[in-house]
Amino acid sequence: MTDPKTLSSFDLDTAEKTYLDANELVINMGPQHPATHGVLRVILRLDGEKVLGLECVIGYLHRGVEKIAENRTYTMFNPYVDRMDYVAAVSNGLGYCEAVEKLLSVEAPPRAQYIRVILTELNRIASHQLWLGTHALDIGAITPLFYTFRDREEILKIFEKYCGARLTTHAFRIGGLQYEAYDGFEEDVRKFCKFVKPKIDEYEELLTTNRIWLERTKGVGVISGKDCIALGVTGPVLRASGVKWDIRKALPYANYKNFDFEIPTGQNGDTYDRYIVRMIEMRQSLRIIEQAVAGIPEGPIMAKVPKVMKPPVGEVYHSIEAPKGELGYFIVSDGSTQPYRVRVRPPSFVNLQALDLMCRDQLVADVIAVIGTLDIVLGEVDR
Amino acid sequence: MHSIVEYITSYLQSNQTPGAAGNFAWATIYILLVFVGLSIAVICMNWLERKILAHMQVRLGPMRVGPHGLLQPIADALKLLLKEDIIPAEADATVFWIAPFIVVLAAFTVFVVVPFGPTHAITDMNIGILFMLGVSSLAVLGIVTAGWASNSHYPLIGALRSSAQMVSYEVAMGLAVVSAIMMTSANAEGTGTLSMIGIVQAQLEQHEWFLFKYFPLGIVAFAIFAIAMVAETNRAPFDLPEAESELTAGFHTEYSGFRWSLFFLAEYSAMIAVSSIAVTLWMGGWLRPFPNALSGPTWDLVFSLFPGLTFLFLAALCFYSTARMPKHPLFRIQTMGLAGFGVVLALIGLILFWGPARTRIEDIYWFSAKVAGFMYLYIWYRGTFPRYRFDQLMKVGWKVLLPTGLALLILTAIVGMRTEILSMFQEGLR
Repeated sequence: MTDPKTLSSFDLDTAEKTYLDANELVINMGPQHPATHGVLRVILRLDGEKVLGLECVIGYLHRGVEKIAENRTYTMFNPYVDRMDYVAAVSNGLGYCEAVEKLLSVEAPPRAQYIRVILTELNRIASHQLWLGTHALDIGAITPLFYTFRDREEILKIFEKYCGARLTTHAFRIGGLQYEAYDGFEEDVRKFCKFVKPKIDEYEELLTTNRIWLERTKGVGVISGKDCIALGVTGPVLRASGVKWDIRKALPYANYKNFDFEIPTGQNGDTYDRYIVRMIEMRQSLRIIEQAVAGIPEGPIMAKVPKVMKPPVGEVYHSIEAPKGELGYFIVSDGSTQPYRVRVRPPSFVNLQALDLMCRDQLVADVIAVIGTLDIVLGEVDR
Repeated sequence: MHSIVEYITSYLQSNQTPGAAGNFAWATIYILLVFVGLSIAVICMNWLERKILAHMQVRLGPMRVGPHGLLQPIADALKLLLKEDIIPAEADATVFWIAPFIVVLAAFTVFVVVPFGPTHAITDMNIGILFMLGVSSLAVLGIVTAGWASNSHYPLIGALRSSAQMVSYEVAMGLAVVSAIMMTSANAEGTGTLSMIGIVQAQLEQHEWFLFKYFPLGIVAFAIFAIAMVAETNRAPFDLPEAESELTAGFHTEYSGFRWSLFFLAEYSAMIAVSSIAVTLWMGGWLRPFPNALSGPTWDLVFSLFPGLTFLFLAALCFYSTARMPKHPLFRIQTMGLAGFGVVLALIGLILFWGPARTRIEDIYWFSAKVAGFMYLYIWYRGTFPRYRFDQLMKVGWKVLLPTGLALLILTAIVGMRTEILSMFQEGLR
């Protein structure tokens, strides 16, 4: 039998052979499984409870988003991006709008940019809250889920008031915003910031120093910064491994350079560090939101963009820091009203690559914890 | 005819359990009472768990079936009974069929020796506690066969986890139990007992719950048992065999309908059973709280009013909720039902103030109240803790609880024999 460590991934051809080996067990986890966050299918090769290797099978939620883009105008494709990472739809929209704006060489007016930042950061908090709830649920703590959903509701209410939708918001338009902020928007956001701060402490109270939580997360799913970079892993996972890389700071977009915030990093690259990094990120997002609400300027919300968009021939790559990592859009224009090709670089898809590496020699229970800590959304993985 | 009446009434004057008195008519009645009471307790637990957990998690829990979801467990039970009973094609049908019955049998049989009062037990065995531990550990057999017979990976892993967990925690549990049993021999004659009733009576004679005996040894033994019993019953944070997020449902993944409900029934009655052991061994069984500080006939009377007061309080809760029910005609039947339930509870409460009923029910009340406290703890754990990983669970069992238990056992022995040991030393010196 081949040494499992030298196997690059789980080899289906050897499954027949290894199955007869009484020490090994091949388990199919998903696509219907309570902890694979949707329709991820993981084929695990186990020695007792130890994971020898695993392979992810994806594509159960493939909707051909990138192909659809080729048959839609730039404006028509905008709502589709919300359906990729449906828990962070605002970030997806921001990335797409900014990419097309870059192609058109226009820039959204400052007021629009401020509102964009507020909504995107609110969405980051919502996404992290959902992650925390489901991640804790995977590890067996069922209560944080309900706490985070209760507080996420307040963010969704703000979205609903702003644009009528709660989840797939379609909040931004190419060149700015469709809607002016509603009356009392700033007040609502301020109220939310005040409301959610003690709530984040409440989540931490349940988990951060909980002995079982520490044992379940410390030293689990360790990945080094070098491996992260080699695999293209980004976002909180990369930062928890000690690499200070945040596109909001590194390649500032929108107007993030006007805001004062810190990038949290971890040292060990384990599940606990990723948890802590995301918790701090929520607080930093609140900080950005507070600054943005305080400094929101008056003015137009829409730049001058033609009704029929025909970007010049060329290509553009624009990436933003989505809650889950680097979200990039590569758009090729042939000068017509429809993009020639749109390629999305989804953070979940790339981060999922690290699953095998992170789960080797760990136990089945850790696979669940690692899937949770990678914070994947299958809508984005499969697109 | 006369002899039968005599046979039956002869028990009423006896101060023994029906089993020990050899009165089979009364033993049968007691068995039926325990069985019905246990089933009702499980149904109540089902509702209470969902409600309490819901309130811990800022939600309402069942609200639709009956007022405040009171009829939800009955609806669930009906649904489970009417569901299709699926036996997977690949399963070993006979073993698959038998497994839940082994679990239920083990869970119910232990109640033969649970002492609800000095005479309120089906029987009193001189090896009562051994019987309880022995029979309750048979449940693991049912779980393993269930996991094996399902012929599926998740149940198999769940069953293996469960057997490893239950076997290893039984060791620590046993050590804690032995230390409590050693305490029963701390009397003038130096005679200990394994009888469940005897253990409580030993606490009565020594005027001390074993929880506080040889402080802090009693509390440590109790803590070991309290941790081990959660692991033994596969509940959070040790619910790995049925870890929902990992193994979907563990050993009963392939079970459905009535057979699944048997596992459910067994799990809850096992929880009540181990809590009964804890209450009997450390918390004075049926004895009322504060027997030393608040002694005397007046206090006896005050404490004997508690059962009635509890039911009156529940009735008051019902009436309060009735007043708060929506006034819409749609809710008329629910409102009337809740009020009726309140009236029934109030009547029971009033009956419990009646002298003969009061004295007979008091033991059972205190025992049940203490067990109920443990049941609340089970729910509280579930709402608070994440789940341990398998190796960590084993580490806690073998590396923490077992050495502590061993040290505790030796310390309890030394402290219990301190006068003898001292005199031995003095003799040696002489």
